[in-house]
Amino acid sequence: MSFDIDIEVARGERVISCAFRTGDGITCLVGPSGAGKTTILSAVAGLARPRRGHIVVRSRTLFAPGIDLPPEKRHCGYVFQDARLFPHMRVRENLDFARRPRFDRNEIAESLGIAHLLARWPRTLSGGETRRVAIARALLANSDFLLFDEPLVSLDPPRAEEIAALIRRVHEDYELPVLYVTHDRSEAKRLGARLIDFEGNEVA
Amino acid sequence: MTATEWAIVVLSLKVGGIAVLFTLPLAFGLAWLLARSSFPGKVVLDGFVHLPLVLPPVVTGWLLLLLFAPEGPVGMLVDDLFGASVLFRWSGAAIAAGVMALPLMVRAIRLSLEAVDKRLEEAARTLGAGRTRTFVRITLPLALPGILAGMMLGFARALGEFGATITFVSNIPGETRTLPLAIYTQLQTPGGEAAVIRLAAISVGIALLALVASEVLARRSGRGVHVL
Repeated sequence: MSFDIDIEVARGERVISCAFRTGDGITCLVGPSGAGKTTILSAVAGLARPRRGHIVVRSRTLFAPGIDLPPEKRHCGYVFQDARLFPHMRVRENLDFARRPRFDRNEIAESLGIAHLLARWPRTLSGGETRRVAIARALLANSDFLLFDEPLVSLDPPRAEEIAALIRRVHEDYELPVLYVTHDRSEAKRLGARLIDFEGNEVA
Repeated sequence: MTATEWAIVVLSLKVGGIAVLFTLPLAFGLAWLLARSSFPGKVVLDGFVHLPLVLPPVVTGWLLLLLFAPEGPVGMLVDDLFGASVLFRWSGAAIAAGVMALPLMVRAIRLSLEAVDKRLEEAARTLGAGRTRTFVRITLPLALPGILAGMMLGFARALGEFGATITFVSNIPGETRTLPLAIYTQLQTPGGEAAVIRLAAISVGIALLALVASEVLARRSGRGVHVL
């Protein structure tokens, strides 16, 4: 089992509950905008603290009563919706930010088609290039699993198709379980993902 | 320029430089507290930090005099630790300049810390960086333009410090007579106009240089953010 999650997270006045278990594939958590999808990813990454529950990924307990690993100890590769590349570092330094990477930087850069961008500043990249670099950086973060927050949003259809294929390939090549959130079910289906809602029910 | 005038310039630069360097850690700490944490009494601390900006400098100087006098609370401590007093010494002039520069430095640093995107710090944490590494690699470089600008602004303010200095450590040639005090002295001296013009020109020059340097440094670092 990859993800075993059962949590309640407070966001403002609201409490968001979410419970599901997944296999090794790409799991897509779907829900309308504002349902709290990003909040759930934040909790898994250790950036938001659940009120109760547990988060277990690949048999490793990240959160449970008495356990709350800090984000840097969770080994998660988080691809944020807004990429969050460090603006004061070139692409190369962004990729090298994580210590003890599991994979070789040049190999990843080659594989993700960003080898020619290493000397560029993030502000000079296009939307598609930015996503690629963000995915490469997450892969290089000594990750045990990958989190994607609407990675195809605001890309034109051909670019979105490219990035979707890339995510599928990364998942297969590096054998990392993926938790993906989106409001767009057709997008999730294109990825060959298993779709679930916040209660863990399979969604058609 | 006479040798005495050069000595005044050197003394002023020394007083201003030392004032800024020693004030920086305190200014940074205060800016961090004000920008990044909430605690009871934050408004009071904020007001207290800004006090030297709005108080008549003479009052600031007088308060420093009370604190650092031989029988004053800080004065006794300084005497115990170093066996000396800062009264009528250049070190006292640096303290006065530092106190007057503090609010400007805290303001600039606080603004730059508030402008750092916390989401980038979160991204760094998920990439395996602990709090310290995140601070050193993300927060500090992104806030650097503001910190440098704050230092330059504080330096320019320290160089211009007059009221608190003359009240606190008097106007002693070669010890506490910095540029503004020297200009004041020359204004009181018959035939001192030529010296006043030279010293005033130097003051304008150094202040402009500090402001331009602050802008250039700020543009160079990070994303080319400019603060002034």
